[in-house]
Amino acid sequence: MSNRENTAIEDALRRGAPNGPGAMPEDGASEREAAAAAARRVSDRAAAEGLADVSYSPVDSPFGPLLGAVTRRGLVRLAFPEEDLDTTLEGLARRLSPRIVETPARLDPLRRELEEYFDGRRREFDLPLDWALVGPFGRRVLRVTSEIPYGGVQSYAEVASDAGSPRGSRAAGNALGSNPMPIVIPCHRVLRTGGALGGYGGGVERKRWLLELEGALTPRG
Amino acid sequence: MSKGLPPFQRFLDAHRDAVWRFLVSSVGREEAEDCFQETFIAALRAYPRLRADSNLRAWVFTIAHRKALDAHRGRARRALPVAEPAVLDGRSAPSPSARDEELWQAVHGLPERQRSAVVLRYVADLPHRDIASAIGCSEQAARRSLHEGLVKLREVVPA
Repeated sequence: MSNRENTAIEDALRRGAPNGPGAMPEDGASEREAAAAAARRVSDRAAAEGLADVSYSPVDSPFGPLLGAVTRRGLVRLAFPEEDLDTTLEGLARRLSPRIVETPARLDPLRRELEEYFDGRRREFDLPLDWALVGPFGRRVLRVTSEIPYGGVQSYAEVASDAGSPRGSRAAGNALGSNPMPIVIPCHRVLRTGGALGGYGGGVERKRWLLELEGALTPRG
Repeated sequence: MSKGLPPFQRFLDAHRDAVWRFLVSSVGREEAEDCFQETFIAALRAYPRLRADSNLRAWVFTIAHRKALDAHRGRARRALPVAEPAVLDGRSAPSPSARDEELWQAVHGLPERQRSAVVLRYVADLPHRDIASAIGCSEQAARRSLHEGLVKLREVVPA
């Protein structure tokens, strides 16, 4: 067999099979679209049949697209726009399960509640939460934080004391700083004793913005 | 700390184009959709049991290859018309697409292992080592199947 003859056959094989008699010839772009559509159906089916341990999707917000992730139990992670998507997903794969798929519809309850919250029509979140990413001390701190009402604030020292760690306001601050579900668990309502804003994982300007939305701070002129 | 398995969605995104092309060429567009679903749903079920350092591309093509074989065998059982390899007589000048059609009819008429080796090599662009693990044979046997398949294609489809 000569190389030239072989090469002609090899080139034809590389083009892939035509789509059969009568079918429109497909170019590379529409083949990739067909593959992407088939992949979306895999993800949707995985979520529908309960094979996905984590479903994620971008969710709109005034801060830009947040990344929301849910398990069968509930919301497990909400990430600010500047958090790297791959790093966030790899963390979920390592700590929860690698069976992670993108299924926008599974995030609809979060989407709806966030939209109402940012419109000022919702004062607390009702969606179920999955605490899998939070350790025992962090859970105590974040549960106390969840009970601070809309429009209210508490100090780090008060939260630490309510969480059963009266001298641990630094530890409480760390637990708040690694809150995996900011906004929904309102760690923005915890301030320094005396009223200084303190820190915020999403940036202190966002903390101020959220407190102004809730009426806990008066907008600066 | 060693890196774990990539999130499944990343694995799906990385391999969907090649698996789709492989299945369209192996079983035709009609059945490619079902085979694609079955391939990746089976992969998702087994995914957490994989070692983090697995060759994911070779692994997904092992599954896709099996699903393609099932589809071929199912079609044979249902006795649907299977295209016979056709010989071009050389007098008419067929259009390039008609010649591709002939070539792929000939590919679909090849024995299983040769057909798989040819499609995995040229459409999915797998190296010989990964073809061998996908069809479950030695690398040498994969090279031989590929060579034998090409020889047969040369007989029915003159360049």
